[in-house]
Amino acid sequence: MEIISIKPFLAVFVSVMAAVLIVLSRKHRDLRESWTILASIIKFIIIVSMLPNILNGDTISYRLFTILPNISFAFRVDAFGLFFGILASSLWILTSLYSIGYMRNLNEHSQTRYFACFAIALSSTIGVAFSANLLTLFIFYEILTLTTYPLVIHKETPEAKSAGRKYLVYTLSGGVVLLFAIILTYSLANTLDFTNNGFINAHTSVETLRFLFLLYMIGFGVKSAFMPLHSWLPTAMIAPTPVSALLHAVAVVKAGIFGVLRTIYFVFGTDLLYSLNLGIALAYFVSFTIIIASMFALMQDNLKKRLAYSTISQLSYIALGAALLNKSGLIGGVLHIAHHAFMKITLFFCAGAIYVTTKKENISEMDGIGRDMPITMLMFFICVLGMCGFPPVCGFVSKWYLILGSIEANQLPLVIVLLASALLNIAYFFPIVIRAFFKKPKNNTEYRYEHKYRYKEAPLSMLIPITLTAIISVIMGIFPDAPYLFLNIVKVIIENVI
Amino acid sequence: MIYIIIQNLPVLIVIIPLITAFLMPIIGLFKIRYCFYTSLISISITLLIGVLILNSVINDGTIHYHIGNWEPPYGIEYVIDYLNTFMILLITSVAFIITIYSRRSVEKELPNNIALFYTLFVLFITGLLGIVVTGDLFNLYVFLEITSLAAYTLISLGEKRDALIASFNYLIMGSIAACFILIGIGFIYTMTGSLNMADISIRLKDLYDSNVVHAAVIFFIVGLSIKIALFPLHTWLPNAYTHAPSTVTALIASLMSKVCIYIMIRILFSIFTVQFFLHTVPVGEILSWIAAIAIILGSINAIAQTDIKRMLAYSSVSQIGYIVLGMGLANYDGLTGSLLHILNHAFMKGCLFLTVGAIIYKTGIRNIYDFKGLAWKMPVTMLAFTIASLSMVGIPPLCGFFSKWYLALGSIKSGKWIFALVILLSSLLNAAYFFRILERALFGKYEHKTDEAPKSMLIPITIMAIGCIVFGIFGQFMEIISKSLI
Amino acid sequence: MKKVELGWILGRYNYWVFVILTLIGFYAMIAKNNLIKKIIGMNIFQTAIFLFYISIADIEGKRAPIIVSNITEHINYVNPLPHVLILTAIVVCVSTTAVALTLIMKIYQEFKTIEEDKIMEAL
Repeated sequence: MEIISIKPFLAVFVSVMAAVLIVLSRKHRDLRESWTILASIIKFIIIVSMLPNILNGDTISYRLFTILPNISFAFRVDAFGLFFGILASSLWILTSLYSIGYMRNLNEHSQTRYFACFAIALSSTIGVAFSANLLTLFIFYEILTLTTYPLVIHKETPEAKSAGRKYLVYTLSGGVVLLFAIILTYSLANTLDFTNNGFINAHTSVETLRFLFLLYMIGFGVKSAFMPLHSWLPTAMIAPTPVSALLHAVAVVKAGIFGVLRTIYFVFGTDLLYSLNLGIALAYFVSFTIIIASMFALMQDNLKKRLAYSTISQLSYIALGAALLNKSGLIGGVLHIAHHAFMKITLFFCAGAIYVTTKKENISEMDGIGRDMPITMLMFFICVLGMCGFPPVCGFVSKWYLILGSIEANQLPLVIVLLASALLNIAYFFPIVIRAFFKKPKNNTEYRYEHKYRYKEAPLSMLIPITLTAIISVIMGIFPDAPYLFLNIVKVIIENVI
Repeated sequence: MIYIIIQNLPVLIVIIPLITAFLMPIIGLFKIRYCFYTSLISISITLLIGVLILNSVINDGTIHYHIGNWEPPYGIEYVIDYLNTFMILLITSVAFIITIYSRRSVEKELPNNIALFYTLFVLFITGLLGIVVTGDLFNLYVFLEITSLAAYTLISLGEKRDALIASFNYLIMGSIAACFILIGIGFIYTMTGSLNMADISIRLKDLYDSNVVHAAVIFFIVGLSIKIALFPLHTWLPNAYTHAPSTVTALIASLMSKVCIYIMIRILFSIFTVQFFLHTVPVGEILSWIAAIAIILGSINAIAQTDIKRMLAYSSVSQIGYIVLGMGLANYDGLTGSLLHILNHAFMKGCLFLTVGAIIYKTGIRNIYDFKGLAWKMPVTMLAFTIASLSMVGIPPLCGFFSKWYLALGSIKSGKWIFALVILLSSLLNAAYFFRILERALFGKYEHKTDEAPKSMLIPITIMAIGCIVFGIFGQFMEIISKSLI
Repeated sequence: MKKVELGWILGRYNYWVFVILTLIGFYAMIAKNNLIKKIIGMNIFQTAIFLFYISIADIEGKRAPIIVSNITEHINYVNPLPHVLILTAIVVCVSTTAVALTLIMKIYQEFKTIEEDKIMEAL
């Protein structure tokens, strides 16, 4: 049943209003920060209020106006959109808290620009989540690119500027390919509205459909960091850590993979893709990313770059799950969107905390940090366990479903890929933890004998979000289908789609 | 009295600026300051008349006005249908906006020639309005020449002496173009015996195979291509736009090429119907391929420039390619895209040139490498520049995206995917040269002291920037127009 | 193909004149160095077009289209419309020439030369 309500539009618009207020109150730091927190909480409440309806099986929609013939600028909240929406908005609350701590402790410049762009970037993410058709999604997708650019370039060093240029080149090119795909779709199907199980006319020629799918994968693949379109992501790690954490581990890249899933299930549909053999093709294609990205991660010394390559690898897990075209695979893939988000954001938060207190960015310098920042590194360790797939942290649940899905689809090589990459994850994550806790710090002369530890623990405003995300990761691992948690929503998605 | 005025609106819209142009030098002898006010009043009146005409066309349908009450095909007839109304509104609104802008800019750039400037300005508008209102082919030629002469002289008013050469070059090429058009008109008159556009289109239906008619079409297309600055006949454009005064560049960039494209649309779609130029002479094919090359080469040339006005001039060459591509495709979506892009480009390029003019007015910088940090000293101006550039690149939901959508859709529907590829590829090239400036302007510090442009310049810039944002939705109106043409 | 006879070609001599004059004028506009010669070429080009128009108006054996006062019979005139058009076109041509000559004067004041290649060097 379709309910008409203005809530999707409000959810998107709330942070645009916040951005305006942030700019207006740029002289008063505390007032400005409070707008961010207030907006994030309100957004979260609006989105969660739509949850009961969605769990019931309804969709909420709101149409604004007609842009082009048969296409309107419209929102439609279904289970999948709401899933992404809850994820993004809940993490924004935590990231805002963390950002405030990060920015103030480092006394960064241009904080107003930072917070305002962050707010608009989040509103574009929610817009992507709640879009009713491909064109609305494309509009918000491009706005997301533009608003994250000032955030990437925040430091304004020549290095940052060239990273920003690279980011724009990659994402705008992807956007152009995506636009071509959208226009082609419109000329074939005369509509762009997302429909369960696809709306593309199956009577078009096979080559056209395959070409179209390829275009979509390239278009969305830039943001989802499929190899070989991934290299903007490690370069973009030059941004401040909260940006890397939320945007490049959660919002931007997950928007890309969200687009991929929307294309597979709501534009093409499982039957069509199965008949074109594109599902298997995509699954094997992303397996390369999974393995190779993990290998690159092994070679990185910069902590954030290592986490970036890990993200690239994990995103392809999600694509793999979706490409399997069966229930378990999809459950694994979609769940991994949420689980990976929480785990990765904790890891990035910890990296930022280390940077704030010690100014260190490279793993080789982080020996013995565990003694100085025990809580931070403990949370890091918990999420490392999850990334490698150990219970009871949530990563185990999604990997379980992924492996199950591969077995169900009779694709043994994919199972091997998943297991191999789990080993590689251990290989590049565990050394960090081992060094932090078990090695002696290199520079003993820096030891101040009058104090017990060299460095203090991370400030509270950063520690609280770290702890919260880590705890939620564990809860999601132990009770994945707790009442408002993600597995239930995923079940609704599955019903509609397969 | 009112009834008489309303009856004669089509002719009034041409006569009022014409009389103003005659009076202007006399007013200039008395008090220079009144020149500005006179032209403002007269352009506002034409804007008002434009709106009244819109009202009349929506209610009553196409207006047919016989000059001197002589019936066509003996007398000259003024016909105003949807396409004409759209062009009238476009010309009058852009002229109005630029008039408000012109006051400060003209005072600074050509202080000795203010009366001359306003005379030519109003004369230019007369010519443009005459072109879009008339239904008679020879009358079209006359007004085209009025417009061109005013344009040549306006361009020559630039500061440096390069303006004179640029103007002379434009004069030579423009005269060649006008002569070709005259030859074309002559050939058509020889074959059909009439000069009235509607009449000709009826009589031509039997004559599609005649060699003379084919020759006439080719003369028209070549002549108009020179006027439009379609590659490879565009060489007058970069010099003319770069060395002319800023107001003049904005005016000519927004309006001159568009009206000449309007002439081409009239000739190709109303006089020779689509049947002709799809089947008999493959004008559509040739035009679309040339346009595609224009799009790519224009953008590449623009990336190579360091003077900002020259860069925008080459960008115009590229954008004109878009419009002609849509025309050459000759299907509903392509033509809709063309018409929408006429509107969009007038406002986008107008906004860009006005902004650049404001920057030159305040700081005198013209080299893109000098733009460092300008965004913080002149925020509103740079915001408008940003909006206009993002719109040129094709970022939704700004207006440039919609015209590219229609054009790409038209290319795909006519089976020529490569044009869609060209259109989308050129978006990336546009991004290359615009984002270069935006990046430089947003970061860094601007050394010299400067502040925001004066309000009389800011208001027109803002109006145009708002137009850039809003006009995307007008595609629906353009569809109505294109359906009436094909 | 129509049979091309000498009479057919020579009978249409007005078109040949038009073509030759057009080409001369066009060539002059493009290839000549001196700016004044370019303008002369433009005039030749435009005059050629005028000749074309008027020549197509001519019908053999009819009189010039000027009304003489004591005419009562039905006299046939040559088609007057092209003559009128050309009057307008001549005005346009003259104004264009005037503007061009003014520009040349200003160019001469600025550059002290009106040879195009020397001007291009000076830029």
